[in-house]
Amino acid sequence: MKTMFVIEAFSLACFVLLSQVTAKNSEDIRCKCICPPYRDIAGQIYKQNVSLKDCNCLHVVEPMPVDGKDVEAYCLRCECKYEERSSGTIKFTIIMYLSILGLLLLYMVYLTLLEPMLKRRLFGHSQLIQSDDDVGDQQPFANAHNVLSRSHSRPNMLNKVEHAQQRWRRQVQEQRKSVFDRHVVLS
Amino acid sequence: MENPGYCTGSFDGLHHPSDDDDDEMVDIAGATLDFSTTDDVPPLSTGGYEEYSSGSSSSSRAAGMNGNGPTKLVDPLEDPLPGVGTYEDFNTIDWVREKSKDRDRHREITNKSRQSTVALLHSVSDAFSGWLLMLLVGLMSGALAGGIDIAAHWLTDMKGGVCLIGFWFNHEHCCWKSNETTFQERDQCPQWQSWAELITGTSEGAFAYIVNYLMYIFWALLFSFLAVTLVRAFAPYACGSGIPEIKTILSGFIIRGYLGKWTLIIKTITLVLAVSSGLSLGKEGPLVHVACCCANILCHLFTKYRKNEAKRREVLSAAAAVGVSVAFGAPIGGVLFSLEEVSYYFPLKTLWRSFFAALVAAFTLRSINPFGNSRLVLFYVEFHAPWHLVELAPFILLGIFGGLWGALFIKANIAWCRRRKTTRLGHYPVIEVLVVAALTALLAYPNSYTRMSGAELISELFNDCSLLDSSQLCGYEQPANTSETGVGNSLADRPAGKGLYTALWQLALALVFKMMITVITFGMKVPSGLFIPSMAVGAIAGRLLGVGMEQLAYYNHDSFIFKGWCSPGADCITPGLYAMVGAAACLGGVTRMTVSLVVIMFELTGGLEYIVPLMAATMTSKWVADAFGREGIYEAHIRLNGYPFLEPKEEFDHSSLAVDVMRPRRSDPALAVLTQEGMTVGEVEALVESTHYSGFPVVVSQESQRLVGFVLRRDLLISIDNARKRQEGVVSASQVVFTEHAPSQAPDAPPPLRLRGIMDLSPFTVTDHTPMDITVDIFRKLGLRQCLVTHNGRLLGIITKKDILKHMAQIANRDPDSILFN
Repeated sequence: MKTMFVIEAFSLACFVLLSQVTAKNSEDIRCKCICPPYRDIAGQIYKQNVSLKDCNCLHVVEPMPVDGKDVEAYCLRCECKYEERSSGTIKFTIIMYLSILGLLLLYMVYLTLLEPMLKRRLFGHSQLIQSDDDVGDQQPFANAHNVLSRSHSRPNMLNKVEHAQQRWRRQVQEQRKSVFDRHVVLS
Repeated sequence: MENPGYCTGSFDGLHHPSDDDDDEMVDIAGATLDFSTTDDVPPLSTGGYEEYSSGSSSSSRAAGMNGNGPTKLVDPLEDPLPGVGTYEDFNTIDWVREKSKDRDRHREITNKSRQSTVALLHSVSDAFSGWLLMLLVGLMSGALAGGIDIAAHWLTDMKGGVCLIGFWFNHEHCCWKSNETTFQERDQCPQWQSWAELITGTSEGAFAYIVNYLMYIFWALLFSFLAVTLVRAFAPYACGSGIPEIKTILSGFIIRGYLGKWTLIIKTITLVLAVSSGLSLGKEGPLVHVACCCANILCHLFTKYRKNEAKRREVLSAAAAVGVSVAFGAPIGGVLFSLEEVSYYFPLKTLWRSFFAALVAAFTLRSINPFGNSRLVLFYVEFHAPWHLVELAPFILLGIFGGLWGALFIKANIAWCRRRKTTRLGHYPVIEVLVVAALTALLAYPNSYTRMSGAELISELFNDCSLLDSSQLCGYEQPANTSETGVGNSLADRPAGKGLYTALWQLALALVFKMMITVITFGMKVPSGLFIPSMAVGAIAGRLLGVGMEQLAYYNHDSFIFKGWCSPGADCITPGLYAMVGAAACLGGVTRMTVSLVVIMFELTGGLEYIVPLMAATMTSKWVADAFGREGIYEAHIRLNGYPFLEPKEEFDHSSLAVDVMRPRRSDPALAVLTQEGMTVGEVEALVESTHYSGFPVVVSQESQRLVGFVLRRDLLISIDNARKRQEGVVSASQVVFTEHAPSQAPDAPPPLRLRGIMDLSPFTVTDHTPMDITVDIFRKLGLRQCLVTHNGRLLGIITKKDILKHMAQIANRDPDSILFN
């Protein structure tokens, strides 16, 4: 567990550094010039992907709507800004977010719908006791783990995972009772 | 990670140690005792304990032995067990014990560092570990905050349409490269299709409007449903703002699992969903919770912080600063927020470390660059227009409005939350969230100012209108002489045009809507913050007042108020500044922040010129709001939940004495004490079982009642339990001995159980005539849980923190039974 967090922290740091590298993609820079209405010319927005040193009115505003002597007056009113973004970071973040969200939803569906069905099919009704002190919460197969360990000898690793999962579920249940049912914490 | 020593853990064989201390719920009365503090070989081990030192936390050896160093002769069998020195869920920590543990540990390391190079390196790395932890906390929080920002932006825009060149782009980034954006319609481009365009093919007409409306409501409902079901299924502690609970945790309370990894994951994911669903909530409070979760999780990498609750709370204080720093891009404001609002004890060392962590986080966020332009916050404004002294009057008016709104909001929100707590409304959290989300979406869509997200609204309101803007709010009329005046692009005051009038009444409607909907939104079972909604309300009010002042100045520039400083053709009134001051006033009225709010606001704008208006408005708002009720929103929620939080800022001005508050009262049974010798294990167990007290004083004898020390219930039960199982010959008839040397016994008597090691030899005492305000001060400053009361040197009674809270509640005519928890 501890090493997992070290790895996690390390990967976050890498992600940050990576994002700086990917920002230099030429697609991701632009110079945006906003020019307000001038005499009878309507307002306009000009965009070009030029570098920072070329980000001014003369390079970006093409075609220039006014003639030679008015160019300076026109350009004085325009405001040019250099902007950068990292589309790689955006893509990575959104895809990672959606995958984590999808995994969580699948896990939730599995816990609430599939697991009871699977356990019911494996054990039948006779061996399992309803734990009736969990009012308002579905934990009817709380001792399924014990039944399982009694029936055949499982490898130790799976046992541990199963046990950890049961312990976590008990904790979430306790939390749910405090927050949602008894309204003791977090009103 | 499995410990080979004698404390391999649970007594029923099913245990495997996990190292997430906080998720462990040790159940003494039940069958399993899961000990997880047994991972490291401690750095300190003194001679004579070599065989038992593997795995036992030697820091708990110092528990209660304040001032007694390692030269004390203690029976090796009394070497502390895992579990002794830890705390139960929903209990308060013993600050004195934790701090002295840390001092002893530090002293040991320093002493040992003179002996060998390895020990020297160890002491250097121990000193350095705090800074390394701060660096990691900053990196992780900054990265998470950047991810949250990017995802929230994208998901919010998903309600309106989708990008055809890459579904992961939000509206602004989709049209980033397009050349079809025009000056009037800055956000239209063919790559971004609204839902009506995708479904029906057109974007004009009533049918398209209805389709867009329905899709908006659909997405809002979907996101809020996902948020509340995920919270309910995986981490119920992830709902709400988090700041009241973090305040309580930082004062010494323990809520296991509140800062755990599942809470972190679920809070991050559902925060994005909740914000994107259009509900009137913000993400600043939850970001503080997220940062504290990161800090708590990273603490497990360092022994120094994992085993010591007081040191951990120092890190959590710094993490709260990091949370606000990434939310607003204001590192200094974040540190001040942590100092003023969240932390209970804030040693000076924490100040520097918090600042470091906040800077690291701000730098990380900037390098992820969620908004483009290397900005940290969406509403970073840069105007430097000057303000005039006469404008202090409307600023103070805004302060009064902020204070009134703050007081009203707190009362209304607490009433609503109390109704949710006590009536049937609280039994349907999922339906409640869905109904509120549907109501918000239904009413918010028609008005363009409520349709946009809170941060966008604030950004638009803070913006000063120039020639480059074409929004409705900048719909002024051009004056008759079209020679453009003003410096650069800042314009003179102009009369309002049609666009501006439309914007004004839409804003007024938005103000009323937001004021009412935030009351029922804050406190729902999804992550919700209230900085952004409060600032939005204030910004709308401020902007309305600012535009009003501007028009007043334009039409009455000859009246005596404006003649001196506002000549026609000059740009004297900046409505954007009024919006900023209004936002600060409303936020100050709700949370009662003072310095931190001013610093956050001027870090947001970069304008040091505006400190005086901000301070004037904030002070006025705080005074007005305090006239109606002394508590801010977070303290009010703490009181609603009944957390045992002893407010450090409140004055105790009642003239009671310690003897009035202590227990036992006159009609109660006598104080339950243990004698230092003469009680058997059976008698002790019976006494402990028959009462619920969390600790027992130890006296010399029942007749003399002279105080020896204090022993905690949890430590007592763990030691007796362990002794029965591990130590030979200990039965119910064995004597329990708290003295240094066991009394001589008959040769056939069972061996005694020596428990001097778990006793605190220096409990704090006050005499019965000590005034209560000094007693309360002692509790606050030292972080005590209980204090013994003596009379003429004899033990009379005990005062606990809960007694003090009940007494204070009684004095303030509140219900003393609302103080829950120990």
